[in-house]
Amino acid sequence: MAGLAGRMSTVVKAKVSKLLDRAEDPAETLEYSYQKQIEMLQNVKKGIADVVTSKKRLQLQSQKLEQQVVKLDTQARQALAAGNEELARTALERKQLAQTELQSLDPQVAELEGQQASMIENEKKLRSKIDAFRTKKEVIKAQYSAAEAQVRISEAATGVGEEMADVGLAMQRAVDKTENMRARAAAVEELEKAGAFEDITQLGSGADDIDRQLAELTSASGVDSELSKMKAELGSGGPQPAIEEGKA
Amino acid sequence: MIVRISTVGQYRLPDADAARLNELDNGAVAAVDAGDEQRFADLFAQMIALVEADGEALADDDLHGSDVILPPPDTTFAEARAEFSGDGLIPD
Repeated sequence: MAGLAGRMSTVVKAKVSKLLDRAEDPAETLEYSYQKQIEMLQNVKKGIADVVTSKKRLQLQSQKLEQQVVKLDTQARQALAAGNEELARTALERKQLAQTELQSLDPQVAELEGQQASMIENEKKLRSKIDAFRTKKEVIKAQYSAAEAQVRISEAATGVGEEMADVGLAMQRAVDKTENMRARAAAVEELEKAGAFEDITQLGSGADDIDRQLAELTSASGVDSELSKMKAELGSGGPQPAIEEGKA
Repeated sequence: MIVRISTVGQYRLPDADAARLNELDNGAVAAVDAGDEQRFADLFAQMIALVEADGEALADDDLHGSDVILPPPDTTFAEARAEFSGDGLIPD
Protein backbone atom coordinates (compact mmCIF):
# COMPACT_ATOMS: atom_id res chain seq x y z
CA MET A 1 0.00 0.00 0.00
CA ALA A 2 1.58 3.23 -1.15
CA GLY A 3 0.53 6.72 -0.19
CA LEU A 4 -0.05 8.13 3.26
CA ALA A 5 -0.53 4.81 5.03
CA GLY A 6 2.35 3.18 3.19
CA ARG A 7 4.72 6.00 3.96
CA MET A 8 3.67 6.05 7.58
CA SER A 9 4.13 2.27 7.90
CA THR A 10 7.58 2.42 6.35
CA VAL A 11 8.74 5.24 8.60
CA VAL A 12 7.52 3.54 11.79
CA LYS A 13 8.94 0.14 10.84
CA ALA A 14 12.31 1.67 9.96
CA LYS A 15 12.35 3.40 13.31
CA VAL A 16 11.51 0.21 15.20
CA SER A 17 14.10 -1.93 13.46
CA LYS A 18 16.73 0.72 13.99
CA LEU A 19 15.91 0.57 17.67
CA LEU A 20 16.18 -3.23 17.80
CA ASP A 21 19.21 -3.71 15.59
CA ARG A 22 21.53 -2.31 18.21
CA ALA A 23 21.82 -5.57 20.10
CA GLU A 24 22.89 -8.87 18.49
CA ASP A 25 22.31 -11.47 21.16
CA PRO A 26 18.57 -12.31 21.51
CA ALA A 27 18.63 -12.06 25.30
CA GLU A 28 20.40 -8.75 24.99
CA THR A 29 17.82 -7.54 22.45
CA LEU A 30 15.06 -8.38 24.90
CA GLU A 31 16.70 -6.54 27.75
CA TYR A 32 17.61 -3.57 25.59
CA SER A 33 14.10 -3.29 24.25
CA TYR A 34 12.61 -3.62 27.74
CA GLN A 35 14.91 -0.94 29.08
CA LYS A 36 13.89 1.39 26.24
CA GLN A 37 10.25 0.76 27.06
CA ILE A 38 10.75 1.74 30.67
CA GLU A 39 12.54 4.91 29.54
CA MET A 40 9.67 5.71 27.21
CA LEU A 41 7.16 5.22 30.00
CA GLN A 42 9.08 7.73 32.12
CA ASN A 43 8.99 10.20 29.23
CA VAL A 44 5.25 9.76 28.93
CA LYS A 45 4.82 10.48 32.64
CA LYS A 46 6.98 13.57 32.32
CA GLY A 47 4.95 14.66 29.28
CA ILE A 48 1.71 14.32 31.27
CA ALA A 49 3.20 16.40 34.09
CA ASP A 50 4.17 19.10 31.57
CA VAL A 51 0.65 19.23 30.14
CA VAL A 52 -0.82 19.47 33.65
CA THR A 53 1.58 22.33 34.48
CA SER A 54 0.64 24.23 31.32
CA LYS A 55 -3.03 23.72 32.05
CA LYS A 56 -2.68 25.01 35.61
CA ARG A 57 -0.77 28.02 34.38
CA LEU A 58 -3.49 28.92 31.90
CA GLN A 59 -6.19 28.33 34.52
CA LEU A 60 -4.40 30.63 36.94
CA GLN A 61 -4.22 33.32 34.28
CA SER A 62 -7.90 32.87 33.55
CA GLN A 63 -8.74 33.43 37.20
CA LYS A 64 -6.55 36.51 37.39
CA LEU A 65 -8.11 37.96 34.27
CA GLU A 66 -11.60 37.30 35.61
CA GLN A 67 -10.74 39.24 38.75
CA GLN A 68 -9.27 42.06 36.70
CA VAL A 69 -12.39 42.30 34.56
CA VAL A 70 -14.52 42.78 37.68
CA LYS A 71 -12.06 45.25 39.19
CA LEU A 72 -11.66 47.32 36.05
CA ASP A 73 -15.41 47.47 35.62
CA THR A 74 -15.78 48.82 39.15
CA GLN A 75 -13.02 51.32 38.55
CA ALA A 76 -14.58 52.54 35.32
CA ARG A 77 -17.80 53.23 37.23
CA GLN A 78 -15.88 55.04 39.93
CA ALA A 79 -14.01 57.16 37.43
CA LEU A 80 -17.22 58.03 35.62
CA ALA A 81 -18.98 58.88 38.86
CA ALA A 82 -16.05 61.16 39.64
CA GLY A 83 -16.58 62.84 36.29
CA ASN A 84 -13.35 61.63 34.70
CA GLU A 85 -14.53 60.14 31.44
CA GLU A 86 -11.00 59.76 30.06
CA LEU A 87 -10.00 57.45 32.90
CA ALA A 88 -13.24 55.54 32.69
CA ARG A 89 -12.43 54.95 29.02
CA THR A 90 -8.95 53.68 29.88
CA ALA A 91 -10.35 51.28 32.45
CA LEU A 92 -12.93 50.00 29.96
CA GLU A 93 -10.25 49.55 27.31
CA ARG A 94 -8.24 47.41 29.68
CA LYS A 95 -11.34 45.50 30.64
CA GLN A 96 -12.03 44.69 27.00
CA LEU A 97 -8.47 43.55 26.45
CA ALA A 98 -8.69 41.30 29.50
CA GLN A 99 -12.01 39.89 28.27
CA THR A 100 -10.60 39.12 24.84
CA GLU A 101 -7.66 37.26 26.41
CA LEU A 102 -10.02 35.43 28.71
CA GLN A 103 -12.09 34.17 25.79
CA SER A 104 -9.02 32.91 23.98
CA LEU A 105 -7.76 31.03 27.05
CA ASP A 106 -10.92 28.98 27.65
CA PRO A 107 -10.72 26.75 24.55
CA GLN A 108 -7.00 26.28 25.15
CA VAL A 109 -7.58 25.02 28.66
CA ALA A 110 -10.18 22.62 27.22
CA GLU A 111 -7.71 21.39 24.60
CA LEU A 112 -5.05 20.73 27.23
CA GLU A 113 -7.66 18.85 29.23
CA GLY A 114 -8.24 16.60 26.21
CA GLN A 115 -4.53 16.06 25.70
CA GLN A 116 -4.03 15.15 29.30
CA ALA A 117 -6.79 12.53 29.05
CA SER A 118 -5.38 10.98 25.87
CA MET A 119 -1.85 10.89 27.25
CA ILE A 120 -3.05 9.15 30.40
CA GLU A 121 -4.84 6.65 28.14
CA ASN A 122 -1.62 6.16 26.14
CA GLU A 123 0.39 5.65 29.27
CA LYS A 124 -2.03 2.96 30.41
CA LYS A 125 -1.82 1.21 27.04
CA LEU A 126 1.97 1.34 26.97
CA ARG A 127 2.16 0.05 30.53
CA SER A 128 -0.03 -2.98 29.66
CA LYS A 129 2.14 -3.71 26.64
CA ILE A 130 5.33 -3.44 28.66
CA ASP A 131 3.89 -5.79 31.28
CA ALA A 132 2.96 -8.29 28.58
CA PHE A 133 6.40 -7.93 27.04
CA ARG A 134 8.14 -8.50 30.36
CA THR A 135 6.22 -11.74 30.90
CA LYS A 136 6.85 -12.88 27.36
CA LYS A 137 10.54 -12.03 27.55
CA GLU A 138 11.02 -14.23 30.62
CA VAL A 139 9.22 -17.14 28.96
CA ILE A 140 11.35 -16.79 25.83
CA LYS A 141 14.54 -16.63 27.86
CA ALA A 142 13.60 -19.75 29.82
CA GLN A 143 12.80 -21.74 26.68
CA TYR A 144 15.53 -20.20 24.67
CA SER A 145 16.49 -22.41 21.77
CA ALA A 146 18.06 -20.65 18.86
CA ALA A 147 15.96 -19.82 15.83
CA GLU A 148 12.51 -20.32 17.29
CA ALA A 149 13.16 -17.86 20.08
CA GLN A 150 14.56 -15.32 17.64
CA VAL A 151 11.28 -15.25 15.73
CA ARG A 152 9.23 -14.81 18.89
CA ILE A 153 11.54 -12.10 20.09
CA SER A 154 11.14 -10.12 16.94
CA GLU A 155 7.34 -10.52 17.03
CA ALA A 156 7.02 -9.27 20.59
CA ALA A 157 9.70 -6.63 20.24
CA THR A 158 8.28 -5.30 16.98
CA GLY A 159 4.78 -5.09 18.44
CA VAL A 160 5.85 -3.25 21.53
CA GLY A 161 8.43 -1.22 19.59
CA GLU A 162 5.70 -0.02 17.26
CA GLU A 163 3.60 0.95 20.24
CA MET A 164 6.54 2.87 21.68
CA ALA A 165 7.08 4.74 18.41
CA ASP A 166 3.39 5.54 18.32
CA VAL A 167 3.20 6.75 21.91
CA GLY A 168 6.31 8.78 21.13
CA LEU A 169 4.51 10.39 18.20
CA ALA A 170 1.40 11.09 20.29
CA MET A 171 3.59 12.72 22.93
CA GLN A 172 5.47 14.75 20.35
CA ARG A 173 2.22 16.11 18.95
CA ALA A 174 0.84 16.88 22.38
CA VAL A 175 4.06 18.62 23.39
CA ASP A 176 4.10 20.67 20.16
CA LYS A 177 0.58 21.87 20.86
CA THR A 178 1.44 22.54 24.49
CA GLU A 179 4.40 24.64 23.34
CA ASN A 180 2.03 26.92 21.44
CA MET A 181 -0.11 27.31 24.53
CA ARG A 182 2.90 27.97 26.70
CA ALA A 183 3.94 30.71 24.31
CA ARG A 184 0.41 32.05 24.54
CA ALA A 185 0.53 31.94 28.36
CA ALA A 186 3.88 33.73 28.30
CA ALA A 187 2.46 36.42 26.01
CA VAL A 188 -0.46 36.98 28.38
CA GLU A 189 1.99 37.20 31.27
CA GLU A 190 4.00 39.80 29.38
CA LEU A 191 0.87 41.87 28.86
CA GLU A 192 0.07 41.44 32.52
CA LYS A 193 3.56 42.59 33.54
CA ALA A 194 3.28 45.58 31.24
CA GLY A 195 0.19 46.51 33.19
CA ALA A 196 -2.24 45.91 30.36
CA PHE A 197 -4.91 44.42 32.63
CA GLU A 198 -3.69 45.88 35.89
CA ASP A 199 -5.83 47.26 38.58
CA ILE A 200 -5.34 50.86 37.57
CA THR A 201 -5.09 52.14 41.13
CA GLN A 202 -2.17 49.85 41.93
CA LEU A 203 1.07 51.78 41.76
CA GLY A 204 4.13 49.81 40.82
CA SER A 205 7.41 50.65 39.17
CA GLY A 206 5.72 50.41 35.77
CA ALA A 207 2.77 52.59 36.71
CA ASP A 208 2.10 55.24 34.12
CA ASP A 209 0.59 58.72 34.36
CA ILE A 210 -2.91 57.40 33.99
CA ASP A 211 -2.37 54.99 36.88
CA ARG A 212 -1.13 57.81 39.06
CA GLN A 213 -3.93 60.16 38.08
CA LEU A 214 -6.54 57.61 38.87
CA ALA A 215 -4.90 56.66 42.15
CA GLU A 216 -4.93 60.30 43.09
CA LEU A 217 -8.48 60.70 41.93
CA THR A 218 -9.60 57.66 43.91
CA SER A 219 -7.85 58.79 47.06
CA ALA A 220 -8.99 62.35 46.43
CA SER A 221 -12.60 61.21 46.12
CA GLY A 222 -12.09 59.14 49.27
CA VAL A 223 -10.99 62.32 51.02
CA ASP A 224 -13.82 64.22 49.40
CA SER A 225 -16.44 61.74 50.51
CA GLU A 226 -15.07 61.75 54.02
CA LEU A 227 -15.11 65.52 53.99
CA SER A 228 -18.70 65.67 52.79
CA LYS A 229 -19.62 63.20 55.49
CA MET A 230 -18.00 65.41 58.07
CA LYS A 231 -19.66 68.44 56.61
CA ALA A 232 -23.01 66.74 56.84
CA GLU A 233 -22.34 65.84 60.48
CA LEU A 234 -21.28 69.39 61.27
CA GLY A 235 -24.18 70.74 59.29
CA SER A 236 -22.02 73.40 57.65
CA GLY A 237 -21.24 73.94 53.94
CA GLY A 238 -17.70 75.34 53.76
CA PRO A 239 -15.68 76.05 50.62
CA GLN A 240 -14.28 73.42 48.15
CA PRO A 241 -11.78 71.02 49.78
CA ALA A 242 -8.25 72.43 49.78
CA ILE A 243 -6.79 69.04 48.87
CA GLU A 244 -7.12 69.80 45.13
CA GLU A 245 -4.37 72.38 45.39
CA GLY A 246 -1.69 69.80 46.17
CA LYS A 247 -2.04 68.08 42.76
CA ALA A 248 0.34 68.23 39.86
CA MET B 1 -5.20 -7.38 8.58
CA ILE B 2 -4.01 -5.26 11.50
CA VAL B 3 -4.28 -1.52 11.03
CA ARG B 4 -2.98 1.10 13.38
CA ILE B 5 -4.38 4.61 13.50
CA SER B 6 -1.37 6.52 14.78
CA THR B 7 -1.77 8.02 18.26
CA VAL B 8 -5.04 6.10 18.68
CA GLY B 9 -4.44 2.34 18.59
CA GLN B 10 -4.63 -0.90 16.61
CA TYR B 11 -7.62 -2.55 14.96
CA ARG B 12 -8.18 -5.96 13.37
CA LEU B 13 -9.86 -5.40 10.01
CA PRO B 14 -11.41 -7.87 7.54
CA ASP B 15 -8.99 -8.34 4.62
CA ALA B 16 -11.81 -7.33 2.31
CA ASP B 17 -11.47 -3.74 3.55
CA ALA B 18 -7.91 -3.47 2.23
CA ALA B 19 -8.98 -2.57 -1.31
CA ARG B 20 -11.37 0.14 -0.13
CA LEU B 21 -8.78 1.56 2.25
CA ASN B 22 -6.17 1.58 -0.52
CA GLU B 23 -8.57 3.32 -2.86
CA LEU B 24 -9.28 6.05 -0.28
CA ASP B 25 -5.57 6.37 0.45
CA ASN B 26 -4.72 6.86 -3.22
CA GLY B 27 -7.52 9.41 -3.47
CA ALA B 28 -6.18 11.28 -0.44
CA VAL B 29 -2.68 11.36 -1.94
CA ALA B 30 -4.07 12.64 -5.25
CA ALA B 31 -5.97 15.37 -3.36
CA VAL B 32 -2.77 16.42 -1.59
CA ASP B 33 -0.91 16.50 -4.93
CA ALA B 34 -3.69 18.62 -6.42
CA GLY B 35 -3.63 20.98 -3.43
CA ASP B 36 -7.29 20.20 -2.71
CA GLU B 37 -7.47 20.57 1.05
CA GLN B 38 -11.21 19.96 1.37
CA ARG B 39 -11.07 16.76 -0.63
CA PHE B 40 -8.09 15.51 1.38
CA ALA B 41 -9.89 16.20 4.68
CA ASP B 42 -12.97 14.40 3.41
CA LEU B 43 -11.17 11.27 2.13
CA PHE B 44 -8.86 11.03 5.11
CA ALA B 45 -11.82 11.25 7.51
CA GLN B 46 -13.45 8.40 5.52
CA MET B 47 -10.32 6.25 5.97
CA ILE B 48 -10.34 6.77 9.73
CA ALA B 49 -14.10 6.16 9.90
CA LEU B 50 -13.78 2.92 7.90
CA VAL B 51 -11.16 1.51 10.28
CA GLU B 52 -13.09 2.53 13.37
CA ALA B 53 -16.39 1.18 12.07
CA ASP B 54 -15.23 -2.15 10.59
CA GLY B 55 -12.27 -2.80 12.86
CA GLU B 56 -12.14 -4.52 16.20
CA ALA B 57 -9.85 -2.74 18.67
CA LEU B 58 -6.90 -4.84 19.87
CA ALA B 59 -6.33 -5.29 23.60
CA ASP B 60 -3.75 -3.10 25.31
CA ASP B 61 -1.48 -6.07 26.02
CA ASP B 62 -1.52 -7.31 22.43
CA LEU B 63 2.00 -7.23 21.02
CA HIS B 64 1.24 -7.47 17.29
CA GLY B 65 3.02 -5.42 14.69
CA SER B 66 0.71 -3.64 12.21
CA ASP B 67 0.30 -4.41 8.51
CA VAL B 68 -0.72 -0.84 7.80
CA ILE B 69 -0.25 2.35 9.78
CA LEU B 70 -2.45 5.37 9.15
CA PRO B 71 -1.34 8.89 10.08
CA PRO B 72 -2.91 10.47 13.19
CA PRO B 73 -6.60 11.48 12.82
CA ASP B 74 -5.70 15.13 13.43
CA THR B 75 -3.17 15.18 10.57
CA THR B 76 -3.36 18.56 8.88
CA PHE B 77 -3.17 19.21 5.16
CA ALA B 78 0.26 20.79 5.66
CA GLU B 79 1.49 17.69 7.50
CA ALA B 80 0.13 15.38 4.82
CA ARG B 81 1.96 17.47 2.27
CA ALA B 82 5.20 17.20 4.24
CA GLU B 83 4.75 13.41 4.20
CA PHE B 84 5.73 13.37 0.52
CA SER B 85 8.86 15.41 0.91
CA GLY B 86 11.22 15.83 3.82
CA ASP B 87 11.07 13.75 6.96
CA GLY B 88 7.49 12.61 7.08
CA LEU B 89 5.45 12.55 10.26
CA ILE B 90 8.10 10.95 12.42
CA PRO B 91 11.42 12.65 11.87
CA ASP B 92 14.48 11.02 13.46
